[in-house]
Amino acid sequence: MKIDDKMIEEISSLAKLKFEGAEREAIKEDMQKILNFMDKLNELDTDDVRPLEYVHEIYQKLRVDEVHQTISKEEALRNAPQKDSDYIKVPKVLKKK
Amino acid sequence: MSEAFLSDFSEYQQALSDGKTNCVIQVKTALKLIEQNHELNAFLETFENSALQKAEEIDARRHSGTIGKLGGMIIGIKDNICYRNHKISASSRILEGFTSLYSATAVEKLIEEDAIIIGRLNCDEFAMGSSNENSAFGNVSNPHDGKRVSGGSSGGSAAAVAAGLCHAALGSDTGGSIRQPASFTGTFGLKPTYGRISRWGLIAYGSSLDQIGPISNTVRESSLLFDVMSGQDEHDTTSVPDDLVYKTEKELSDKPKIALLKEAMEVPGLRADVKTYFTKLIEDLRKSGAEVETVSFPYLDFVVPTYYIISNAEASSNLSRYDGIHYGYRSENGTDIESTITLSRSEGFGKEVKRRIMMGTFVLSAGYSDAYYVKAQKVRRLIKESTERILKKFDFILTPTTPHSAFKKGEILDPITMYLEDIYTVHANLAGIPAVSVPLAEDHAGLPFGVQLMAGPFQEKSLLKYSDFLMNRF
Repeated sequence: MKIDDKMIEEISSLAKLKFEGAEREAIKEDMQKILNFMDKLNELDTDDVRPLEYVHEIYQKLRVDEVHQTISKEEALRNAPQKDSDYIKVPKVLKKK
Repeated sequence: MSEAFLSDFSEYQQALSDGKTNCVIQVKTALKLIEQNHELNAFLETFENSALQKAEEIDARRHSGTIGKLGGMIIGIKDNICYRNHKISASSRILEGFTSLYSATAVEKLIEEDAIIIGRLNCDEFAMGSSNENSAFGNVSNPHDGKRVSGGSSGGSAAAVAAGLCHAALGSDTGGSIRQPASFTGTFGLKPTYGRISRWGLIAYGSSLDQIGPISNTVRESSLLFDVMSGQDEHDTTSVPDDLVYKTEKELSDKPKIALLKEAMEVPGLRADVKTYFTKLIEDLRKSGAEVETVSFPYLDFVVPTYYIISNAEASSNLSRYDGIHYGYRSENGTDIESTITLSRSEGFGKEVKRRIMMGTFVLSAGYSDAYYVKAQKVRRLIKESTERILKKFDFILTPTTPHSAFKKGEILDPITMYLEDIYTVHANLAGIPAVSVPLAEDHAGLPFGVQLMAGPFQEKSLLKYSDFLMNRF
């Protein structure tokens, strides 16, 4: 598997990250190296193996789907980088025509 | 009244009960000591007010009421474990200015039993690293040699304990982040069975691997902390019920059966002196009555790549919540929501975190998830089942914790070389089993290194008991 510029573009757009110039070259090189390292797993035949999704398969529990109020509005706003008394502020969404 | 900080917990408790000191004096001296040792960079912040308040409260109760199980134990917590109304950053710029709205269940239980939380400890950013060199707030020095790393990612926790700045510390362990720094600093560290301690309030990295655990100078403090912190929690559905644990627990035998992994001794980076001390330990264990046998674990070469696929996939998903909108750092350079999110993340996350998010996003992306992520989940099952087969016949698996003692800061730059530092430790996280690092010896330069014991699920009690025996064997 080859990591090229197009791949970096696609993955970084999904990951909401930006790499430019030297940083882009570095991440491309690193990802290629790490991927080659991960390819090691292809040496193992896993055709008849079920993927392990839960660590303790003997014990699995689903949470009851109930609505709880866990934090108040004031608490939710406490850590917001930009806010007014009621809302978290975001950059303009609608552009002027 | 004793004005020196009694970093030995047993001595501290004795002095408290003899009336030779009190918690307030001890917290004050600990704070002074932390300040004097600021060049270690172990603490990111001390919680002077709340620690002193708790100390006063415990002192006042000493003669009139009952004192909790932890009796004023002074503890530092890794900077990825929430403590209500206190700052937390996961050593990342992206959590700039963030204050916890609630406490981790583990922290709440500790405070209930009269622990004093003295501050938050430096770590690799979002617990991603093996040297504590990925912190946005500088690396942590090894108390045994300031030019060397403390190990990671719970480097601040291990360094603070090794330097005697607190009685114990909490770390978290996703692939070795408690045991590896414990090995490098000559301390004891426990990664519990997956699901034994609630992860509620632990900043998530790899959710199917993460566990909170203690680091201390003797097994006793870690045992106390584990007893208090463990147990099912309604806030973490992966935490297991206590009756399941009690049903599974086995008594430690007088002649425990110990497995050595053939492949572990053939790891290329395993240093000769570590091997020598390890071999000497095996002789001692045999003399003490243990049955030690070498078995094959053919998956050792696969544990690190499997671990990095799974942990990175989970990290990319867990870290998607940091958007620069709801909390934490927000870039000033964005012009709309999309660019604000992308720039906040790009400016707020460090290099290694971005690398792991990118790899995780890749292995989960359409067209590649079967070849990488699902493949790794399949290999994880092979690893887990192979480990279970060994632990059906043996009480423990014994390996070195790390292939060598602490390396120099800046010595390892290649990511793969750094990832391979976790060769012995990721195994327990993938299998979900408990594991400890016990100090083994010091090399010619006086640098410590540890030995790792792994046990079957929920066998912490016998694991801790045998660790105590190992630590006191000479």
